[in-house]
Amino acid sequence: MSIEAKKQIIDVGDGAAIPRKSDRGLFTAWRIAFFGAIGTISYLAYTKPDPYLEILKFVPDGIAVTFKVTLGAILLAIVIGLITGLGRISKNRFFNGIASLYVEIIRGIPLLVQIFYIYYALGNIVKVPAILSAIIAMAVCYGAYMGEVVRAGIESIAKGQREAALSLGMNGRQAMIHVILPQAVKVILPPVGNEFIALLKDSSLVSIIAVADLLRRGREYASESFTYFETYTVIALIYLIITLFFSKIIGVMEERVSVNK
Amino acid sequence: MSTNNRRKMVEAKEIIKVYGSFRALDRVSLDVYDGEKVVIIGPSGSGKSTLLRSINRLEEIDRGTIVVDGMDLYDPKTDITKVREEVGMVFQSFNLFPHKTVLDNLTLAQIVVRKRSRHEAEEKAMALLERVGLASKAKSYPGKLSGGQQQRVAIARSLAMEPKLMLFDEPTSALDPEMIGEVLDVMKDLAKEGMTMAVVTHEMGFAREVADRVIFMDAGRIVEEGTPEHFFTQPTHERAKLFLSQIL
Repeated sequence: MSIEAKKQIIDVGDGAAIPRKSDRGLFTAWRIAFFGAIGTISYLAYTKPDPYLEILKFVPDGIAVTFKVTLGAILLAIVIGLITGLGRISKNRFFNGIASLYVEIIRGIPLLVQIFYIYYALGNIVKVPAILSAIIAMAVCYGAYMGEVVRAGIESIAKGQREAALSLGMNGRQAMIHVILPQAVKVILPPVGNEFIALLKDSSLVSIIAVADLLRRGREYASESFTYFETYTVIALIYLIITLFFSKIIGVMEERVSVNK
Repeated sequence: MSTNNRRKMVEAKEIIKVYGSFRALDRVSLDVYDGEKVVIIGPSGSGKSTLLRSINRLEEIDRGTIVVDGMDLYDPKTDITKVREEVGMVFQSFNLFPHKTVLDNLTLAQIVVRKRSRHEAEEKAMALLERVGLASKAKSYPGKLSGGQQQRVAIARSLAMEPKLMLFDEPTSALDPEMIGEVLDVMKDLAKEGMTMAVVTHEMGFAREVADRVIFMDAGRIVEEGTPEHFFTQPTHERAKLFLSQIL
């Protein structure tokens, strides 16, 4: 009988297809899309510098903001997700109730509405920069999804692991820190990567609350120059390149983790 | 057996465990004395694992009392982790920590629970690995070991805590036949050294050789109890006779 823990397959969200070396077809598709996008953008900039090169010069500030929002939100979301996930499996009814309520409420409200709501609700209490409010909104939303990822990851670790730890005299907290979580991380990592990419794409929503992200910068340029089609072509290609780049990185990380087991 | 004047390591009285409407344990009482080796046998579903697991409270009982090493498990003042520090447990599925090396499997609880220094813990761990014949595997991960080797590591991991009592929950049931012997040998050595042991097993040869007392369970009750000679040669209860005729 094999005792290999049955690794539960966690339902992935709407991130991006993450290519692994073993996944030939997807890997090829990734190459075509990634290098195709870079090629197209270079070609356009070279052959028609006006407006394409002008657009490319205008948007880097926006890319930086998009990264800031994404990175800030994902880090905060991981922290929120960890707390929420632990709450969801907690036997403490209060802690569990709060975590479950949070997940239910957040999952029931569209992200766009949440961004508006948190921006204006926060604005009523304290004066915070739009970008901070955007990060908080994204993190609050993704924290709920991340909480479910964390919960599923912890629950995928065989019950015997916890029992072994307890039988050695560890308390619940020690068992969690030294035995369950280190194993759960490996299960959680791929879906977290997926959430990261989904968040990167969703970060374009924050452009509506005066955060000058990539999409917002594009809109600004387009409305001044009336080159809507050209601008949004570039914006779409840039998002595509960034997303594919990270999906590749995550694929490599995933492979690393599953190798040194 | 002159067990009457010895100290009781386990004193379980009238314990009841219910799953829904099913009584897994039906008013079971069991004493295990210091240094005694008790082997619990019985058909599957008879409650033997539940009984064993209730001794370190991995299983919560619904009624009755259990006192282990003088500590009442259900006294609110009892710190259950203190009880578990003194009670080692070996599982059917080994339950080694797959993300840690064999050595780290043995040192983790020593460091975290017993607060030993890493150096001290590793010394203890290596001595125990030597004893179960696996010192050369110290740096390996459990996944690279055979089932028999994993179970020997699991026993060593429990022993690293220097328990006063060892519980074995069908330690050889998940093993290929050729690996059962190596695990039983380790257990026999442990028995010879005077460890107090409660063992749930289907290995009748082991029961005969090692047990001071054999307990036969059926349908959540202890229906027969006695020395191995008595149990294997002249069982009185019908269910025990039937069970023996089926497995011997």
